[in-house]
Amino acid sequence: MLIAASVAILIVMGMAIIRAVVGPTLYDRILAVNMFGTKTVLLIALLGFVMGRPEFLDIAIVYALINFISVIAVLHFSDSIYFKHDTQDKKTVKKEE
Amino acid sequence: MDTVISVASLLCLLLGSFLCLSGGVGILRFPDFYTRMHAVGVTDTLASAMILMGLMLQGAEANVVIKLIIILLMTLFINPTASYALAKAAMYSGLKPLLNMQKSKRG
Amino acid sequence: MRHTLILALLLAVFWLLISGHYTLLMLSLGFASILLVISISNKMDSVDQAHQPVYLSLSLCRYHLWLAKKIIVANIMVVKHIWLGNQSITPSLARLIMGPKTDLGKVICATSITLTPGTVVVDVTGNVFTVHALLRENIQDLQTGEMDSLVSRLEC
Repeated sequence: MLIAASVAILIVMGMAIIRAVVGPTLYDRILAVNMFGTKTVLLIALLGFVMGRPEFLDIAIVYALINFISVIAVLHFSDSIYFKHDTQDKKTVKKEE
Repeated sequence: MDTVISVASLLCLLLGSFLCLSGGVGILRFPDFYTRMHAVGVTDTLASAMILMGLMLQGAEANVVIKLIIILLMTLFINPTASYALAKAAMYSGLKPLLNMQKSKRG
Repeated sequence: MRHTLILALLLAVFWLLISGHYTLLMLSLGFASILLVISISNKMDSVDQAHQPVYLSLSLCRYHLWLAKKIIVANIMVVKHIWLGNQSITPSLARLIMGPKTDLGKVICATSITLTPGTVVVDVTGNVFTVHALLRENIQDLQTGEMDSLVSRLEC
């Protein structure tokens, strides 16, 4: 059952990657990456139990924190010009380059 | 007693996997960014809780259970914050939500 | 000073729970890291009441139980609409005026709304919450003000 749950989470991670690649706007991609990160935490916890090594949980805790920091760090730059116009007006960005 | 706990753990894992897959389908299927956030919300709350609860019932020692509880609490505290930051950044950058029905502003 | 002591105590409990080793070396490393964290947070001037919401009151427990029930119901509903497809959803945006006055109350309220699948807080200005919902019924549910009054009761 643990292995089945791991496979399910791997499938969901694949779906998140598809959305991150397809995603029309930048925020879709950030959302997909965030979801990928939280699913990674679950996957690490599950794999720790599959392999019989619950020490993996420490890594899962650290990964949860790093994931949060990475999302906030990316969003911290959301005020910059290159973020603002990603679908609507690409011309303005080009002009400023 | 042991069989009851292992069946409960199995059910929790099964339900969690199903909810996770539903969230994954939702993130592919929903039409715009703001609706996709709700699909991610499903995988972040109940699905994580169910899978971690299933792991807690696997008969591990107290130390491991405490770590699992800490992971669960972290997930529940961190994800709304990240979602709020993401939604606010998207709204302020001018991404309009898709309102295909009648407008219900100023409810 | 009191808040610093509470922070140190919380950090010590956290360290003891996470590390499973209780040798002298590990405990002294834990002591050193607690001192480091406390000195950094003193330098950042971020040790005060708002950063330590240790209110283990009965009403908070009752609120968490109520919220857990709410989250389970909302999850079932969102999953149902995921499988029903795009025709069944009615995304809507609304501005709601919420009760909580203090910052902590606002944070609890906004986090609870975002944590419940189906509703996401997009913006908070003053007492006005901009909420995006998957279904129009979710907004109507929030407008009844049940969460509002529960959070307001937590504040005092």
